[in-house]
Amino acid sequence: MVRFILNGTEVGSTALANERLLDVLRNEFRLSGVKCGCKEGECGACAVILDGRLANSCMVALGSIEGSNVLTIEGYRTTERFAVLNKAYAIVSAVQCGFCIPGMILASECILARNPNPSEAEIQTGISGNLCRCTGYKAIVAAIDTAAKEGQGLW
Amino acid sequence: METISKSIKKKDHDSKVSGRALYVDDYVMDGMLYGRLLRSSKAKARISNIIIPELPDGYLVVDNHDIPGENCVQIILADMPVFAEETVEFVGDPILMVVGPDFKEVERILQRIVVLYEELIPIFDMCKSEMVFFNYNYAKGDFDKALEEADHVFEETFRTGHQEHAYIETQGIIAYPNCGRMVISGSMQCPYYVHTAVTKALGYDAKDVQIIQETTGGGFGGKEDFPSILACQTAAAALKADRPVKVIFERREDIAFTSKRHPSVCTYKVAVKDGMITGMGIDVILNGGAYTTLSPVVLQRAMICSSGVYKIDNLQVAGRSVKTNTIPNGAFRGFGSPQTIFAIEMMMDHVAGKLGIESLEFREKHMVKKGDATATSGKYYFHVPLPEMIQRIDELTDYRAKRKLYQQQEGRYRKGIGLALFLHGCGFTGSAEGELIKPVVRIRKTTNDKVEILTGNTDMGQGLKTTFSKIVAETLDISNEQVLIENPDTARVPDSGPTVASRSIMTVGAMLQRAAGKLKQIWQTGEEQIIEENYVAPEFMIPFALQEFRGDAYPTYSWAVNAIEVEIDTLTAESKILGAWGIYDVGVPIDLNIIQGQMQGGFLQGIGYASIEQIDYNAQGIIRNNNFSDYIIPTAMDVPNLVTKIINNPYSHGPYGAKGAGELPMVGAAPAYVEAMENALGVCLNKAPFTMADTMWVLQEVLNNG
Repeated sequence: MVRFILNGTEVGSTALANERLLDVLRNEFRLSGVKCGCKEGECGACAVILDGRLANSCMVALGSIEGSNVLTIEGYRTTERFAVLNKAYAIVSAVQCGFCIPGMILASECILARNPNPSEAEIQTGISGNLCRCTGYKAIVAAIDTAAKEGQGLW
Repeated sequence: METISKSIKKKDHDSKVSGRALYVDDYVMDGMLYGRLLRSSKAKARISNIIIPELPDGYLVVDNHDIPGENCVQIILADMPVFAEETVEFVGDPILMVVGPDFKEVERILQRIVVLYEELIPIFDMCKSEMVFFNYNYAKGDFDKALEEADHVFEETFRTGHQEHAYIETQGIIAYPNCGRMVISGSMQCPYYVHTAVTKALGYDAKDVQIIQETTGGGFGGKEDFPSILACQTAAAALKADRPVKVIFERREDIAFTSKRHPSVCTYKVAVKDGMITGMGIDVILNGGAYTTLSPVVLQRAMICSSGVYKIDNLQVAGRSVKTNTIPNGAFRGFGSPQTIFAIEMMMDHVAGKLGIESLEFREKHMVKKGDATATSGKYYFHVPLPEMIQRIDELTDYRAKRKLYQQQEGRYRKGIGLALFLHGCGFTGSAEGELIKPVVRIRKTTNDKVEILTGNTDMGQGLKTTFSKIVAETLDISNEQVLIENPDTARVPDSGPTVASRSIMTVGAMLQRAAGKLKQIWQTGEEQIIEENYVAPEFMIPFALQEFRGDAYPTYSWAVNAIEVEIDTLTAESKILGAWGIYDVGVPIDLNIIQGQMQGGFLQGIGYASIEQIDYNAQGIIRNNNFSDYIIPTAMDVPNLVTKIINNPYSHGPYGAKGAGELPMVGAAPAYVEAMENALGVCLNKAPFTMADTMWVLQEVLNNG
């Protein structure tokens, strides 16, 4: 059994060690906010925060995360920081089809956690591993910028 | 700004931002089986035998023998089989589906099935195709006379490539039998298209088929026709298994085997007299792929807008959609117009260059205005705001000065700027809306005075739940929270037509506005009230006759100007986009944020089409770049300076002045980008996408020629 901390709770999985974390999260833990877009680490739809860093869960083998801390949108959406990002995304209508959004929100968190006052270019770089086909990214970049300004002290 | 344009929080924001929204792959039903398709590995062949290993308990194979109705997918015609019979026509043609409780076991079974083929000779090059699916011609004036009298005649051929939709959610369908009926739920744009197709394939009564759209992770046209195919296959499997069956495509499968934008070859012949174009002969070839799907309508739109925003009195247009042994191409945002708008804009630019006239100035001299005849002898009834849009983009970009400045450059890094003027016909082409679709909308006031919108139109991210709700709320003078709108379920909603062709707001939205207006007049607090509304064609239109391509193909047009500035590193052939600017007229935006989101997203998609998105077939007809590592779509870093502006130009017959919006921004990016590359490289170019490899070829030629 592989034990790890999932959204703040210690859990164990009996899946094979070479299973994708993505599949374990979706199928065993029923965390459907973790989306599958490509299974090749290219699109970022399955992004989670793994020990404080953004990771494509399709590229993480279950066996490699013993003792790690995994945060998905389901855990993150209960936080104050999420509330700030949520509001910022809403104001500019940054959510279109929504499929990239859980990963995009977690990417936003990682940008701001590293740098609470990112420049536009730093935001663009920070979400460049998360593909969005709907928005042209402008509204998402604006939302992260707004969250940085509104969330002073939170990050 | 109009009151209605003020943005509100989108109806679907909360569920999507929190990850709570459920997409088709998020549903798991009791006893559910998983299906995967076995596809042809040959581009053209006769199937001589299929050897299926012994199947473990609970697993089954579904093929054409399991289709109780007709083994064909009804789209416009019905030439594509649900599952192949004797022959296969492209690499990926579905032969059978393996279904079972464990997905990995399904995959193992698929690996062990052997298909024996008798190979035939495939055709991949559309110019060598001998099978014409659709063939249209139209003309006005006298092109031959214009040629005879011309001072100059110029001719050039332009090519455009495939484009993959690359919605982030892949195709997916669940089918389940329910008391003698079949229920389909999934990712789709057009539930009633799926309904028609499944009804025919199963041979069921229409009332025994129910289609439910689930939250859809992007469509862009890719979920217009394709879900009908997958739904028929999955329904046949669910029927045979008598269990729910789910099929979700993997990304590689989705890129390699679902529809794309039609590649095109367009040849333009232009007659010029006294510095003005007097006639144009246009020949359009679209690569339809292996089956017809939506090709006739894509071709019609491509041909109708092939003379762009220009007044050409003597016009002759011929078009063909031809068969090749490649993926059947279907709908993609713009629907034929990005191909011919690319060609006409490049042609205008090249003709201007040959005449020694500044490109924009030459185009301005030929621009249509209100009252002019359209290409199909209809009329531009409303103000054409191009002059003020051009002025605005020149102020934003300094286009005219830069264009001149960049003509003479030395050194390693060279800049270029390009510009495109374009239009998009709003709504269905021709008379289809009134004659074929006959849309119906319904609104229902509940006893607690909420108002529910019932239409077959889908929100695939473009914001329809929000914009429809705003139209109804504004008309009834109630809050947006009082308006309810769910994903469509054909058991509950009337057929208000498909979610395509930039028609939803302009056409269906106008019907909702009328319905809400009627409800307002008879509003009875605490009572349930239902209003139904039918389509009424705008009274000013000259009916479109498809036989002659004559009349008003569209009631009105959306207009736009794009400018793109690039910098090329002549040593490495890398180019970067310094800025991309778009000015758009979509009437009155029903929600400014939503329209901005559409313009920005569509513009970036268009820039991808222009520069990096290329499908690469090998000699066997297999798409080699079937993943996001090799089929590259733009990231947030690719166009850091993307600027979109919306002008206000109310359309008198649209709801609150709105007209078509969704497709427009996709249409003009390619000519603006490729003209910018021309400006930087100092050569004439005639293909899109124009990739880094293309730049390298040009640079080598320039170097070789000294």
